[in-house]
Parts: sequence; structure tokens; C-alpha cells
Amino acid sequence: MAVAQPTPTPGLDCRKAWAETLEGLAATDERIVVVVNDSVGSSNLGGFQTKFPDRTVNVGIAEQNMVGVAAGLANGGRIPFVSAASCFLSARALEQIKADVAYAGFNVKLVGQSSGIAYGELGATHHSIEDFAWIRALGPITLIAPCDAWETAEAVKWAAAHDGPVYLRLSRMKVPTLDLPGRAFTPGKAELQRAGSDVTIIANGTTVHLAMEAAEALAEESVSARVLNMHTITPLDTNAVIAAARETGAIVTVEEALDRGGLGGAVAECTSATYPVPVQRVGFPGFMPTGSIASLFEEFGLSREGIVSAARIAVRRKGA
Amino acid sequence: MTHALKTDNSDALIRDKALWMRQQAMKMVYAKQLGHLGGDFSAIDVLATLYFGVLRYDPARPDWAERDRFVMSKGHATGALYTALCAAGYFPQDWLDTYMEHHSKLNGHPNRQYLPGVETNTGPLGHGFPVAVGIAIAGQINGADYRTYVLTGDGEQQEGSNWEAAMTAGHRKLKNLTLIVDRNRLQQGARTEVTNGLDPLDEKYRAFGWDVVEVDGHDYAQLLDTLGAPLGTRDKPLCVIANTVKGKGVSFMEDQAKWHHGVPNAEQFAQAMKELV
Ligand SMILES: Cc1ncc(C[n+]2csc(CCOP(=O)(O)OP(=O)(O)O)c2C)c(N)n1
Ligand SMILES: [Mg+2]
Repeated sequence: MAVAQPTPTPGLDCRKAWAETLEGLAATDERIVVVVNDSVGSSNLGGFQTKFPDRTVNVGIAEQNMVGVAAGLANGGRIPFVSAASCFLSARALEQIKADVAYAGFNVKLVGQSSGIAYGELGATHHSIEDFAWIRALGPITLIAPCDAWETAEAVKWAAAHDGPVYLRLSRMKVPTLDLPGRAFTPGKAELQRAGSDVTIIANGTTVHLAMEAAEALAEESVSARVLNMHTITPLDTNAVIAAARETGAIVTVEEALDRGGLGGAVAECTSATYPVPVQRVGFPGFMPTGSIASLFEEFGLSREGIVSAARIAVRRKGA
Repeated sequence: MTHALKTDNSDALIRDKALWMRQQAMKMVYAKQLGHLGGDFSAIDVLATLYFGVLRYDPARPDWAERDRFVMSKGHATGALYTALCAAGYFPQDWLDTYMEHHSKLNGHPNRQYLPGVETNTGPLGHGFPVAVGIAIAGQINGADYRTYVLTGDGEQQEGSNWEAAMTAGHRKLKNLTLIVDRNRLQQGARTEVTNGLDPLDEKYRAFGWDVVEVDGHDYAQLLDTLGAPLGTRDKPLCVIANTVKGKGVSFMEDQAKWHHGVPNAEQFAQAMKELV
């Protein structure tokens, strides 16, 4: 596979990266259309709609219809990007995603916006923390959670070129663009962010930069932490997981999602079947209270301190 | 104990309560810099009419089996619902200051497990109406004489679940059920008729076996007359299309899509409070 040229643009947020990349692709590929649920603004697709009004299908507030329509558009030779708040896209249209997209195998790109707890104050109906578990359970949908603006752009480009169902789980949160020389995005292949030998922190999406901070803090207490950016949950890079288990003997998973069924669940399933080691899962326990993103990240341990303490536990459990 | 049945003074009482609700909602959203004022203000006159002229309830007994039910299907309009429940006596006024704070009972969308008076959790559009149909069927089976009211947005009517609920209610002739559609003609991003048109909404509901009445959703006399009918006056469910203005009551917010979830700055807040008298 050709190595993509990294073009990190500092200060670019993921929503902007998503919209600008898609507009660029649509300018040269006539087949690309967007399907939305009254979500032009919230998907940052105002520019797309202005440039390509005929290729903007707004079905109104009707998510089941939206995903079914997308499957039909794929049948008709189009490449539909369905863009909606991840909470409604994954939950409301789950059977359409299962039957019309995954099972029928249509070339539909599902783009879950403002995922995780981006809508912190709006409460559990608007938190999208179950999406990893639900979409992962369906099998044949490539499930990607980019960690920064650069990776978001790469994932959108890859999704457009790939023939098959994809779920891109995007964030609304501003996160730093990670600075790695010669970076290349390969779906299904974990990105080594930091080498280490005592424990591996496997993160994705908005938590990768927190994992890096935690690894630095652990280094100060002489714990050498490897950090993997596991941007693709399906298919999981099992080689990287097994290598982490063998070489570091303990794993911490971190995701802005439910602490079961998603990244942590996938990693634990893999290690338990191959090379069992302690796996500590950092994530949310269930329906969450209302609160700001910052207050909820802090309370539920999606922080440098939370990851560090999970790593200490994982290391302590080795050989226990 | 019963509350809020219509009296000769209802009109003035409702006017007072509606003004107070708009002022409080404006303060809450300004303080938190989050909320859905446009949809709060289009619905507040309907809610004030229900809680101060129509519904039979007792705030001290939120689970009183014979209470009339109100289901807020457009759950994003918590500025309207929470101020109505507070005015109705379900909880003290200082709770309003905690709107959307960390762990607040006043969640961004209503949660019946946090807050008395909330009949069901809403927020994802298209949920409240089917639940209201279930409440009405329970009333029918139980031989109970409570009435069930549900308010949806007009954009919300694009969700298919509403039409499944409408069909069930029409089929079962749920005469104890009233649907109110907040017909402000705007949804989140644009006008309903530009996005995915609903007109003729009245004919759709008639075809589904409903009685349909159109009212001015800011006219208390019309609302009282239409919503206040006792059980036994109809043999079908009733759809009330309440023609409203999104952002009603604040000049610069009225009929503007951007005030769906726009929040006021200091200057706009001052201007709005000046107008809300
Ligand atoms: C299932 C679902 N899809 C999308 C949304 C996001 N959303 C919140 S409010 C809204 C617009 C609602 O418009 P309308 O029903 O007309 O309400 P109103 O104008 O009274 O505010 C949208 C799209 C949601 N809450 N639920
Ligand atoms: Mg509306």
C-alpha cells in the first residue's frame, strides 16, 4: 500500500478536516453524495451543500430513512456519506445499519459526528458511548476512530476509495495534532506512538493524546509504557495486540466510550484467546450524568492520572 | 388535591406564568450558554395553558394514578418544561440555577428518574408520542378517566415513529389522547417545508383517523377551549396543530433558524429581558 503523504495542518480541528476533505474529494468524484438528518450545520456541511446542492440529500429528522436511503443510493452507483450525530445514527438506525448496510454489504460510509460525550451537558440520550460496541458487534463494517485532524482527513480519503461499509466515528472535540515523522494511515494497522516495555496503553480517538501524557508521567516513576493508537477497531490489529501482550505483559485500553464491548472489549477478547495478560479498561461505566466534557473526563478517569493509575494496577497484576 | 382546572381567571394566570417561564428560561440559558430557546419560546404558551388551565395533577404526588399526563416529546425544550414543572410546584426554584450543571437533576434533556413530574425520558425526537399512546391505552384498559397530552415539534413529525403511533391511536380510537404539534415551521437547520415538507399536516392526521383542530398557539383562549375539553366529548384522538412562532416574545429571536440553539450574549440578554415584561 502506498504511503500517504502526511500533511498535518496545525490548529485544524477534526470537523473542519472532515468537511474540507470531503468537499475536495467530491469535486473530483461525482459519485460522492451526503445524506443527512437536518444535520447540515452540525456536520459542518454548509460548504458542501452550497457547492453540491444536488448531491446533498437531507431527509429531515428521520435516521432510519436516512440509512435506508443511503443503501439505495449505493445500489444506484453513488458513494453515500451519511453524516449525523453518532448517538442517533448508531442507536436509531441500528437495524438499518445491520440489515441494509452490513448484511446487504452496500458501499455506505456512516459518519458519526460529535461522538462520545461531545454533548456532555445534553445527557445520556445525546452521549454516544455505546456506538463502538454496537457497530463492532455487526462485524463487516470497518470501524475507525481518528485521533486528530490529520488522521480524520486520511480516514475520510481512505473511506471514499474503499469499496465496502465504513463507520467513521468523529469527534467534535479539539485535540492536538500528533506529531510523528513519516506518519502513514493504514486501516487495521495500529500506529506506534511511543515505544515501551512494561505496559502498553492502547487508545483511540480523543484519548490518544491523554495516553501519551500518561506514558510520560509513568516514565517519571520508571514505568516504560508503549502507546498504540488503535484507530481501527474493526478489523482489529491482533498482531499488535498480541505483541503488546507478549512484550509488555500488561495492557490498558482507553476510549471515550463505554468500558465494555468497544476497544477494550476487542483487546480483551483477543488476549484471552491468545496470550492472556492483565487488561485494565478505561472508559465510561454506563448512562452518564449531565456535565461538561472536562468534568466528565475527569470524574471517570479519562485523564493522565486515571490512565496512570490503571497502568499501575495492570503492572501490579502481572503474574498475580 | 387537584390543580389548574380552568377558572374565570385562567387567561390572566396563564399570561403571568408564561411570562415568568420565558424570563426564567432566558436566564438559565444565558447563565449556562447552552439550550434551545427558540423551541422553548414557541411552546411556553402551550405548556403554561396545560399546567395552569387544563391538567389535573398534584405536585406533591407525581405518581398519583389518576393524574392527567403531559409528555414532552420535544425533549430539547427543557427551558419550557423545567420552568413549567417548577411553576407548577414540582420542585423549588433554586433547582433552576443548576440547569445542566455537573450531575444536575436538570439534565439537558428530561429524565424521569431525576425529576418529579417528568412522565418519560425524551431527547431523541420521535419517542414521546408512542409512549403517550401507551399511556392512553393503559387508561383505556384500566377504565381510568385521566387524559393524555403529548407535544411534538413539527420537524419531529418527520420521524416515522410518530406515524406508527398515529396509526395505532387512530385504529384504537384513543379519545383520551391529544397530540399537540408545535407548528413553528422551523427545525434545526432550516424551515420544515424546505427540508422535508409536512403540509398538509391536517389531512394526514384526518386520514389516520384523528380529529384535527388548528389554533393560534399563543392565544390562551383558543388553547383553553381546545385542550380543556373533558373526556367523552370525542370518539377519536385529537390532533391540535398549534401555529406558533419560534422564539416568540423576543423580537430578534422570532422565526429565525439560528435561534434553535443559539445562545444570547450579554447585550442580547439585556435586550431580551427588557422585552420580556
Ligand atoms: C432522533 C433525533 N435526531 C436529531 C436530533 C437533533 N435535533 C434536536 S432538536 C432538532 C430540531 C427539532 O425541530 P422541531 O421538532 O421542529 O422542534 P422545535 O422547532 O420545536 O424546536 C434536531 C434535529 C434529535 N434530538 N433526535
Ligand atoms: Mg419546529
